[in-house]
Amino acid sequence: MGAGRYNALALLRGAITGHRHWGRAWRAAEPRGPYDVIIIGGGGHGLSTAYYLAKVHGIRRVAVVEKGYIGGGNTGRNTTIVRSNYRQAPLQSLFEYSLKLWHGLSDELNYNVMFSPRGALFLGHSDADMARLAERGDAMIANGLDADLIGRDEVARLVPLLDMSPGARWPIEGGLIQRRGGTARHDAVAWGFARAADSLGVDIIENCEVTGFLREGNRVTGVRTTRGDIAAGRTGICVAGNSGHVAGLAGIKLPIESHTLQAWVTEPVKPMIDTVVMSQTLHCYFSQSDKGGMVGGGDPDFFPSYAQRGAPIRLEDSIAQSIALAPALSRLRMVRSWAGVTDMSFDGSPIIGELPLDGLYLNGGWCYGGFKATPGSGSVYAHLLATGQSHPLAAPFYLNRFADGRTIDEVGSGPMPQSR
Amino acid sequence: MLLIPCPHCGPRNQEEFAYERTLDSVVRLNDAPELAIATLYARANPRGQEHEIWSHTCGQWLRLTRDRISHAIHSVEPL
Repeated sequence: MGAGRYNALALLRGAITGHRHWGRAWRAAEPRGPYDVIIIGGGGHGLSTAYYLAKVHGIRRVAVVEKGYIGGGNTGRNTTIVRSNYRQAPLQSLFEYSLKLWHGLSDELNYNVMFSPRGALFLGHSDADMARLAERGDAMIANGLDADLIGRDEVARLVPLLDMSPGARWPIEGGLIQRRGGTARHDAVAWGFARAADSLGVDIIENCEVTGFLREGNRVTGVRTTRGDIAAGRTGICVAGNSGHVAGLAGIKLPIESHTLQAWVTEPVKPMIDTVVMSQTLHCYFSQSDKGGMVGGGDPDFFPSYAQRGAPIRLEDSIAQSIALAPALSRLRMVRSWAGVTDMSFDGSPIIGELPLDGLYLNGGWCYGGFKATPGSGSVYAHLLATGQSHPLAAPFYLNRFADGRTIDEVGSGPMPQSR
Repeated sequence: MLLIPCPHCGPRNQEEFAYERTLDSVVRLNDAPELAIATLYARANPRGQEHEIWSHTCGQWLRLTRDRISHAIHSVEPL
């Protein structure tokens, strides 16, 4: 199973033997049910769920079924930002739990996920922005998170690229920085979890699309797939972007709409910025990858779509904003832009809990902010799938909160995903 | 990019339009609470065709039948 432990000695050995000894990082597993748990969706969240099921809960008869290939969905399409700087306590606690896991993740998985806590900076462009950031910072500190409200001079020192001139299109008054936030290599996160889960006996079944559910009355007993029926004790949907579609196969409607979110990357250049810069007032964000490309993004496309491609107008918005903030970006050539399908929930917060059918669970609705939650989401979902009980951190994110009037709406925009 | 035929103005750029909600998610004043909640929050979210309400900057409301994968617009009617 797997390729043994990765370490310096194995690298040295490869230096002599021409690196021909490296095996597959995970097996190409065939379906061989019944399983205790089937996880639908081999993205970061699904794979981390499988890993924690096997590692923490000792449940090793686990399959992850993925319609495409590992790392081919939203895990490889996000802008890799990791942070926990939310305003509301349930979101703070969930994302902070995840952030803590990020800090030890490479060691935990024996796989370099290139997590780089380089600081996640929200910019403030006006007095009102600064008041809003101060409120958020206070809420974070009150819940034990790190947040520093910094002035204009400190922002200029941290990010010399920013336009601080009197004629700047978007004046910068200051910012709120979470220094433990940063970025990670998103593919490595999926590959690392896949390899670690596989080494614990989890079957990762790629090119296996779920086409329906096996049912006994009100109980789900497995999945129908393009590679045959697979039986399971518990089935967990973990397909953010396609939650509505997969839940629809079980006849369930969710408070989720699928929208398109685009991102872009420039040609690689020498280090020019070592912080993640975000503006929520404008809604753009950019950082530099370890390869050197400037990676950025902005608003989603404001209407429902599963197309995985977006309109140039939204791309133009985020690039124009980024260039206005950091004019030097205008000298770089953009080499790629792409889009992912986001699971826009109707309060902007994820949904982690049981569905109306017995044995069927959901982890989805992460909107455009799921990547940062990858380890934490998997950990709390594994708890739910192992015990049938919600993890305390996930309990507020149950499906029926919408009917109960207990929505967790960070921006207060109501059931209008296009307004987030 | 979408080219949306506004019933009042003719074909116009997507930028001038705003998606509002699906046609089946309009809550009526006298709906029972359970129905109102389902209408507000439950979506079919199909990988395929859906009936939607959009608005144009001219003030016209539209009923759009649109494919959510191909982005093809099958019909547009004034609402």
